[in-house]
Amino acid sequence: MGEYILEMKNIVKEFPGVRALDNVNLKVKKGTIHALCGENGAGKSTLMKVLSGIYPFGTYDGDIVFNGEVCKFSDIKDSERHGIAIIHQELATIPNLSIAENIFLGNEREVHGIIDWEKTGSDAREIMQKVGLYEEPTGKISDLSVGKQQLCEIAKALKKDAKLLILDEPTASLNENDSENLLNLLLELKSRGITSIVISHKLNEIERVADEITVIRDGSTIETLERDKDEIKEDRIIKGMVGREINDRFPKREHKVGDIAFEIRNWTVEDPMVSGRTRLDNVNLKVYKGEVVGIAGLMGAGRTELAMSIFGRLFGNKISGEMLKDGKVISISNVKDAIRHKIAYVTEDRKGAGLILDEDIRRNITLANMKKVSRTGVIDADLENMVGEEYKKKLGIKCSSIFQTTGNLSGGNQQKVVLGKWILTEPDVLILDEPTRGIDVGAKYEIYTIINALVAEGKSVIMISSELPEVLGVSDRVYVMNEGKIVGELKGAEATPEGVMSAIIKNRRL
Amino acid sequence: MDKLKGKFKINTNIRQFSMLIALVVIMVFFQWLTGGILLTPQNVTNLIMQNGYVIILTVGMLLCIVSSGSIDLSVGSVVAFVGAVLGELIVGMGVSTYIAIPAALVIGALIGAWQGFWIAYMRIPAFIVTLAGMLVFRGLTQLVLQGHTVSPFPEGFTLISSGFVATPAAALILGGVAIAIYVFMSIRRRMKKRKNGFAVTSLAFFVISLVAVSAAIGLFALWLYLYKGVPVVLVLMLTLIIVYSFFVSKTVPGRYLYAMGGNEKAAILSGIKTKKVLFLTFVNMSVLAAVAGIVYTSRLQAATPTAGLNFELDAIAACFIGGASNSGGVGTVIGAVIGALVMGVLNNGLSIMGVGSDLVQTIKGLVLLAAVVFDIVSKSRAKA
Repeated sequence: MGEYILEMKNIVKEFPGVRALDNVNLKVKKGTIHALCGENGAGKSTLMKVLSGIYPFGTYDGDIVFNGEVCKFSDIKDSERHGIAIIHQELATIPNLSIAENIFLGNEREVHGIIDWEKTGSDAREIMQKVGLYEEPTGKISDLSVGKQQLCEIAKALKKDAKLLILDEPTASLNENDSENLLNLLLELKSRGITSIVISHKLNEIERVADEITVIRDGSTIETLERDKDEIKEDRIIKGMVGREINDRFPKREHKVGDIAFEIRNWTVEDPMVSGRTRLDNVNLKVYKGEVVGIAGLMGAGRTELAMSIFGRLFGNKISGEMLKDGKVISISNVKDAIRHKIAYVTEDRKGAGLILDEDIRRNITLANMKKVSRTGVIDADLENMVGEEYKKKLGIKCSSIFQTTGNLSGGNQQKVVLGKWILTEPDVLILDEPTRGIDVGAKYEIYTIINALVAEGKSVIMISSELPEVLGVSDRVYVMNEGKIVGELKGAEATPEGVMSAIIKNRRL
Repeated sequence: MDKLKGKFKINTNIRQFSMLIALVVIMVFFQWLTGGILLTPQNVTNLIMQNGYVIILTVGMLLCIVSSGSIDLSVGSVVAFVGAVLGELIVGMGVSTYIAIPAALVIGALIGAWQGFWIAYMRIPAFIVTLAGMLVFRGLTQLVLQGHTVSPFPEGFTLISSGFVATPAAALILGGVAIAIYVFMSIRRRMKKRKNGFAVTSLAFFVISLVAVSAAIGLFALWLYLYKGVPVVLVLMLTLIIVYSFFVSKTVPGRYLYAMGGNEKAAILSGIKTKKVLFLTFVNMSVLAAVAGIVYTSRLQAATPTAGLNFELDAIAACFIGGASNSGGVGTVIGAVIGALVMGVLNNGLSIMGVGSDLVQTIKGLVLLAAVVFDIVSKSRAKA
């Protein structure tokens, strides 16, 4: 310990019109887990791209000293040869290939160009064991859970004799269990002398595993916290990230609840692929006017499936049960019906299903309610622009103009666009599915403020979130879901992480 | 930030006009190479008559590409099949043109419904369905015609492609009306923007562009007048271009096409019935293919088994030259029409120069590649 495996000195990286990195310094000690924290757009990913050679030598200023030598990486392959492996947030697996094929992709076990399948299999098994993956290497990688696929990526990096692993948001799409496994694996790799740099928004995880934390804000290094010297606590890290204390991560609101706005009774849904398999079992749920109801649960508990089955039967087969709005039974057979009944669903997959990334902010906002900006089917361009401007202001979307393509926005601003699109449909009930996934602390706060404004107008919000502190902090009442069933309803003082977990565990035992 | 904004605006304007500029450059180039023949009044009319059916197909193809990034390979065969049916009906059975034409359009709609069903509801890739259609309808054409060429069509039918509106003077009147409508619409749009508090271009720029476009329309009308007047095909073509351009850029269903081409999942979650839209897009394509079949058969004055060969490729190339994206969600009708004109001028100019069809094909291929490369390179520049 004490010796630096990596030093990045005075890194400056400029894009036309923006200085993304301004004299960033990063020192990573050998055999440690080093966390890189910062809000979205702070420059974390840019810095890692500089390090891994995606932005090659010459496109930035400053020095990279790795293992004692000054490195000038020309591309990813070059940095890999030196022992740096980057694992991106989006998985780079090829779904149709086997686990072993994926692990050795680009580095096949071959003799004169002919693949040695025996060796591929045995080598794969050996490496997989190192990351705690006990699967048949010939199995298709797409049959594995996301968490296990992530392990394959790490295995792939280890096979290349990586000395430094860079993990960009490794647990963003993992459930609690898989996240836990991954963190344990990082600790184990550390004990074997492998250094890791972890970029994560999940500060509780950083708090748990990181030896050192470097905080970056607006393209500059703010500080480096050390486990032995400094207090490593979430609030402390946040303070560095946003440059001020956030006293309350969840904005307060008056709890004024009206009549029942929306209710589902005995909602049972069969799996769309496997007939006879029940995915949602007798779900009962209600939400009052002016109330935020949370749905907590582990990944795969059926929460998104529940939302999609409500929202125009987008999920499931043989849906049975009743749906009531303002006390009256309604039937919804497609998304249009749902919108007409003033129900909105904000997807968890912002980029994949929420936005049209190539189109501008204005066009994305009006898409679900074109009636608002058209007359007899003809769009009024001026009116559409005015609506765009109005929502840009109302939601505080930070952009150059409403004509900016949404693909270039930060995650938080993208989420505001999606929210704006659904608020424009003037819904009474909003179902928000992981509304703050992958967005930074400041933007999260803004999203919570928007939610508060909505319920203050008497609207109802159903919020699905995998982050327990969030779902408990924002909701007035929390349902706990597990394996397609509601296994608990927690109010007020009962709504604690322990309460949620015990509801899940009780159900598991039965 | 303000500096960036200005740059971005100029970029988009250049992208929008780059194809138009390319077209003008190609026209000037051939005007020079052909010693002034390209832009004689007679040849301008010729150009319109030669390219009418390709432009009609291009408009339909653009909708397919925008909605889903899929192409319809069957349109050339549908043109031939519709021609064959028209031949059997009009020449063989002596059915009136006024009955045969609606019948042809209905056949087009049925073909579109057949293909659209597989593509939209059964989720079979459009490439495969329309490749099958290409074979099926080419085969059926030969079956209907028994391998023969059927002719002659009555004069009333051939007038669709070779007729002119009333007297040559009609060109001047229609040109004047077009200018008046254009000026009126432009001023009204500007006033509305003002009223709503949006920025408008400077008055000088506005007047200059108004005068320039009016002059272009006027000159075009004069050219038509100097030969034989307004071709019937031109009226049909312009009507389709205006209607479809308005449809895709100004109406709600048009917007839905772009939305589902951009991100189908997001479109579904926004309440767009994507299957229905895709189905109708392919029905529309085949109806337009039937229209093109009518025009082409009329121009040929015969129904032949080899009619419409490779038309689909011309239409697809025109869309991509005109800036459509093969992943869907991007493209304009005007752009695609300009793309078709680029191809048309190339065809026509080279043939005036006596260049063989072998070289013409080669050059067209290279132009398609060059246009798309230019588009992608300029896009990646804009991003960097």
